[in-house]
Amino acid sequence: MAIVSSENLPIHAEIDIVTVRRRVREIAARLGFSLVDQTKMVTAASELARNTMIYGGGGSMRAEALNGPRTGLRLIFEDKGPGIPDIGLALRDGFTTGSGLGLGLGGSKRLVSEFQVSSRVGEGTTVTITRWK
Amino acid sequence: MGNYLLVTIQVDMHDRLAMALQEDLTQMISDTEARGVLIDISSLEIVDSFIGRMLGNIAAMSRVLDAETVVVGMQPAVAITLVELGLSLAGVRTALNVDAGMDLLKAAV
Repeated sequence: MAIVSSENLPIHAEIDIVTVRRRVREIAARLGFSLVDQTKMVTAASELARNTMIYGGGGSMRAEALNGPRTGLRLIFEDKGPGIPDIGLALRDGFTTGSGLGLGLGGSKRLVSEFQVSSRVGEGTTVTITRWK
Repeated sequence: MGNYLLVTIQVDMHDRLAMALQEDLTQMISDTEARGVLIDISSLEIVDSFIGRMLGNIAAMSRVLDAETVVVGMQPAVAITLVELGLSLAGVRTALNVDAGMDLLKAAV
């Protein structure tokens, strides 16, 4: 598997979430994802970018276009926020420590092919999602 | 038959803009004594949990103000994604297009 392109986008303000959505759409379309798959990836990115901003206190997203043997798109959301003490609980639908619906993390997981969260309390959180074409 | 408000969302809204729409619309329902609100989202390329919550809030607030809300024009890819995300838009009436939405509103008010 090779990374054919990679780019970093900052996530510090609400408008950055809009930029993330637009950029993920562009890359997914360029990779030849179907409209439904583009929509799922953009929606997952929107949820995770918002988490990065609200719960992580800001951070970034790296987008990696993958090729050989399969074509895919990997997005890595990183923050240096307070971390998630109980990832199992955070993945449960309806659980939130904020004002949202508690669908961001668990909902995003259902929209992608692969989903990983790693988090250390006091150090930050990294969420990696991949969708294969 | 009372007034109707027609809202067409044509830009990718950041979260505060979505909140502002919710507040402006609620105020507008009160000011115009509208009995029905039609929200056309056919230009929206995604509905995430934030926008979904906003649509639910608008429907709930308008109901309290004695108005009905119908959301129309959701793209099929958006509907598929929304349901997999876990959002069913409970309490929000939907219709395929503006005409069907107006029929629904007229029947409801």
